Amino acid sequence: MPIEIKNLSHTYMKGTAGARKALKSVSFTIDEGEFWGIIGHTGSGKSTLLQHIGGIMPPEEGTVIVDGYDFSDKKQRIEGRKKVGLVFQYPEYQLFEETVAKDIAYGPTNMKLPGEEIDARVHEAMALMGLAYDKFAEKSPFELSGGEKRRAALAGIIAMKPRYLVLDEPMAGLDPAGRKAILETLEGIRRDTGCAVIMVSHSMEDVARHSRKIAVMDKGTLAAIGTPEEVFGGSLPLEELGLDLPEVSHLGMLLREKGMDIPPVYTVEGMRDHLLGRAKNV
Amino acid sequence: MFKDITLGQYFPGDSVIHRLDPRTKLILMMAYIVAVFLVKDMWLFLFTALYAVGVTLIAGVPLSYLIRSLKPLKFILIFMFIINLLVTSTGEVLVEWWIIRITTGGVKQAVFITIRLILLVSGTSLMTLTTTPISLTDGLERLMMPLSRFRFPAHELAMMMTIALRFIPTLLEEADKITKAQTARGADFESGGIIERAKSMVPVLVPLFVSAFRRADELAMAMESRCYHGGEGRTRMTVLKYRRRDLWAYLSMVLLIGLTLILQAVL
Repeated sequence: MPIEIKNLSHTYMKGTAGARKALKSVSFTIDEGEFWGIIGHTGSGKSTLLQHIGGIMPPEEGTVIVDGYDFSDKKQRIEGRKKVGLVFQYPEYQLFEETVAKDIAYGPTNMKLPGEEIDARVHEAMALMGLAYDKFAEKSPFELSGGEKRRAALAGIIAMKPRYLVLDEPMAGLDPAGRKAILETLEGIRRDTGCAVIMVSHSMEDVARHSRKIAVMDKGTLAAIGTPEEVFGGSLPLEELGLDLPEVSHLGMLLREKGMDIPPVYTVEGMRDHLLGRAKNV
Repeated sequence: MFKDITLGQYFPGDSVIHRLDPRTKLILMMAYIVAVFLVKDMWLFLFTALYAVGVTLIAGVPLSYLIRSLKPLKFILIFMFIINLLVTSTGEVLVEWWIIRITTGGVKQAVFITIRLILLVSGTSLMTLTTTPISLTDGLERLMMPLSRFRFPAHELAMMMTIALRFIPTLLEEADKITKAQTARGADFESGGIIERAKSMVPVLVPLFVSAFRRADELAMAMESRCYHGGEGRTRMTVLKYRRRDLWAYLSMVLLIGLTLILQAVL
């Protein structure tokens, strides 16, 4: 079943002088197993949108329906948000338990799962996030390195086995290797478990690499929805929206302008394959 | 849930009262407390009350704001009223029932204490309503400066207050964020008994403390890298300066206290 968002609007500090419209009549549908990228300038409403999908904020206007649960109703929202794993920015700041294993078990425990099931899920989530159980399970989360903390925090969400994994800049502040590892793990989880991944990112490269669908947010509205080809293909005024092309697409565009025959590609790998192919033909 | 907490109660404005030197306002507030305590006869409260009303009008603070600042104290007010009503036993007996005995003296005393409390709270509220927390700490620092000769850490105290005030909104925001993150992990902050609820706050408090310490560390580093080394020899961006209006303010208070004392002595 999908996530259906219809005419969703939200105003912060409603009725005061500081009122600010963060979302203006946003509608779209996310199907199961899809990899979505959400891009947009700072303050375009991405985080507010994610919090609505995660069931943290009740919809003020419009509806959010996740797997048939209508989030306008409090009871249905509390039930429905178990389907959604919401990962905030810098999730490592939410770690609190004495050991990594206990922290990862926090979510499943709240779901009132039986003990063995929780244990199995902790093992599984740690394996998925590349944290060796023997090495990390009994460590304090505060002893870990930045990248390990991030993975431990993500494991805490993954252990809840959500049908939709919703992430707000999951790679922010990580080194290139860490970014790549997280991104590939997310794609792996999506492939293996069929859970949808909805990811906000400021890195056009990361969004272009894995997303099949991209939502472009601008000043609280949905400026565009489409495949990477549609979004980065040149028909959208990305610069006006405060966004960029992925760097390799930009390079491709400049080369095309100089008269070279380069197809529009959105990932470094795509460009590499194309150039290698050309080199062979020469 | 944390965003509902308002910090201080500053009412923005540009009146003479707002522009008074914070030191003047601090001293006048203390003098006002003295003035209220000097009053021994009920009707003399007329002048102290008029003074408060006058300041409110000049400052352009809506009366509802002043009343709102009394609200959290309503239980104390009611409690004090009842205690005084029951404990005092002078004058004629009005009501006598079981162990309850209400006398004219008791009624008088209860009303007297209640008025005194209301005036005390209004006086201090008027100061916080018309002064920003930052200029208040500024004023406090200047007032405490002479004490630093006796090794009293005036500057350090003021800096601590400033930093605390600066970080309250930040920490509230952080608490809000962590609460949301733990809610997303299925935390339940709303049901269960008192102990369960207190326990459910642990996943919020631990990360909050960790981040507060981290911030403190970073702030200390940032201050040191900008050569902060305490108050000694430190100049100020805004230098507090007494003006004519401060003189008038002091005079008005002298008048109030003088009037109270003289009328009290005469009558």
